[in-house]
Amino acid sequence: MIHQIPAGTRDVLPDEMRELRAIEERLRSTFADAGYGEVWTPTVEYEQVLAAGGGEAGAAAFRMFDDQGKVLALRSDMTVPIARVAATRFAGADGPLRLCYSAHAHRVVGQRTGQQREFLQSGIELIGVPGTEGEAEVLGIAVDALAAAGLARHRVGVGDGGLYRRLLAALEVPAQRHRELLDCLTRRDLVALELAVDELGLAADARDLLVELPQRRGGPEVLDRGAGPAGEALDRLRDLYGDLERRGIAERVILDLGLVRDLGYYTGAVFELYDPAVGFALGGGGRYDELIGRFGAPRPACGIALDVQRVHIAQTAEEQQS
Amino acid sequence: MNATGLTIAVPRGALMGGTLDLLDGLGVDTAEVRANDRKLLFEEAGIVTVRPSDVPTYVEHGAADIGVTGKDVLLESPEREVYELLDLGYGRCDMVVARRSGDDAIGESLRRLGRARIATKYTRIAAAHFAATGRQVELVAVKGAVELAPLTGMVDGIVDLTATGRTLAENGLEVVESIVTCTARLIANPVAHKLKAAEIDAVVARLREEAR
Repeated sequence: MIHQIPAGTRDVLPDEMRELRAIEERLRSTFADAGYGEVWTPTVEYEQVLAAGGGEAGAAAFRMFDDQGKVLALRSDMTVPIARVAATRFAGADGPLRLCYSAHAHRVVGQRTGQQREFLQSGIELIGVPGTEGEAEVLGIAVDALAAAGLARHRVGVGDGGLYRRLLAALEVPAQRHRELLDCLTRRDLVALELAVDELGLAADARDLLVELPQRRGGPEVLDRGAGPAGEALDRLRDLYGDLERRGIAERVILDLGLVRDLGYYTGAVFELYDPAVGFALGGGGRYDELIGRFGAPRPACGIALDVQRVHIAQTAEEQQS
Repeated sequence: MNATGLTIAVPRGALMGGTLDLLDGLGVDTAEVRANDRKLLFEEAGIVTVRPSDVPTYVEHGAADIGVTGKDVLLESPEREVYELLDLGYGRCDMVVARRSGDDAIGESLRRLGRARIATKYTRIAAAHFAATGRQVELVAVKGAVELAPLTGMVDGIVDLTATGRTLAENGLEVVESIVTCTARLIANPVAHKLKAAEIDAVVARLREEAR
C-alpha cells in the first residue's frame, strides 16, 4: 500500500534539507545583521484573525474546528499574524519595530500546476517607518539576502499596488467596471484589458493611458512619460528610486507600473523578486499601512517575503549556468 | 539566439504555418524548422516546437520566453501564469455547441431528464458555458473525434472547436450555439516580461504595426 501525502506538499530528505537550511541560515543572518529580531507565531490562528487580511490572504487553504467548535485556519502568509503581534504585543511601542521570520504558510493553488500548498517563507516586516525610507530599507535587505544565498543576477520589480485603481477613479470609469478591469490586470490578460478599456468609450488620451501605462516597465525612464492623474504615484516611485540609488541597488530595480499583487492588504508600493535563471518570482511584498490598524492602533508598515524553496531552485540553476 | 533575443515556443499543427510566417517577418530564420518536421528543439533559431496545449506550460516555466497558442488553450488552462500580450488574428475558430441535425436531443434531455450529456475535449470551457446559461449537464471527456459521440447516442451534444463547420456537417451535426471565437495569441513568461521588457515590447510593437 502506498501512503500518500496531500497534493502540493513534500517530504524533504537530508541532502535537500542540508541545502535548504544553509540558505535559510544565510537569509536569517542577513536579517539579523540588519537589526531584525526573529519571531514565531502559532501555526493555527482563529480564522477571523486571518480573514482581516482580506483578498487571497484571507482565503485560508485549510480550516479546522477546535474542541470548542471555533474555526481555526492555517496562515497563508506571515504578514497578517505579525501585524496582529505588532498591534497587540507591542501596543505601547512607538519607535520602529523590525521583525523577521522563517516559517511555513499554506495557500490555495490550482490543481496540476506544480505549485506548493505548503511552503517555507523567510522574510522581514518593518513597522513604524513610513514612506520610501521604509521601502528602500526592506528592498536593500532583500537584495543583500539573495546575494548571501548565492544569487548574483537577481532583480527587484517595484510598482504601486493602488496605481491602477486610482487611475480608474480619476478617469471617472464607472465603479461597477473597476473589478473587471483589475481582474484582467491580475490575470495578466492584456488583450482582454484593451478590449474592456475600448468598451468604456473614453477620450483617446484616457483610453491610451489605461492600456499603455500598466505595460510600462524598465528603468527610471518609465516615470518620465506623462501619466495624467497617476502623476502623484509616479512622483512617489521616483522618490523611492532615488533612495534605492543612494543605497547602490538602482541597477537591480525594474520599475513596473503594471505590477499588482493578489494579496488584499497592500496600500502603496509593491515588490517582486526575480532571477533570470528561473521563470517564476522568488518572493514579494509591499507596503500595508492599513493592516495593523485592523488589530489595534494603526501603524505604517512594509515587508517582503522570500520563498526559500524557490530561492534554492534559483541558486542551483545559477550554479549550473556558471 | 535569433534576431528577437527571445526563446520562442511555436505550436505544432494548424497554427504552425501562420506562426512561422510571423517569425519570418520578425527576422527569425525559420528555414530549418520548416525543413525538419521531426526535430523539436532549434537552439540556433531560439525555437522550440510543442503541442499547442503545451505552449502555456513551457512559457509558464520559463523554458520559452514567449509563445503562440490558441485562445481555446488559454481558456482551458486558466491556472497557467502567463501574460497574454496580443491577439494575432489568425487561426480563427469558433467554440460551439453542436448536436445531431434534425432533433433537439439536448433540449429533450434537459426537459425530461433534468440534464444533458455533452462530450468535449474542453471540459472547463463547456462547464463554464452551461453554468453561465443555467443548464445542468454531465460532461463526458473524450480525447479525439468528438463528432462520433452524439452519433452513437452516447451524448446529446458536443462542445468543440470548428473553423468552417465542414467536419461537423459531414458527420450530420449542426451548430446550435456559439460560445467564443478563438484566435492565436502571443503569450509571455511573467519574469521574462520584466527582465527582457525591451525585447518583448519590440516584438509586440512590430506585430501590432503589421496587423494594421
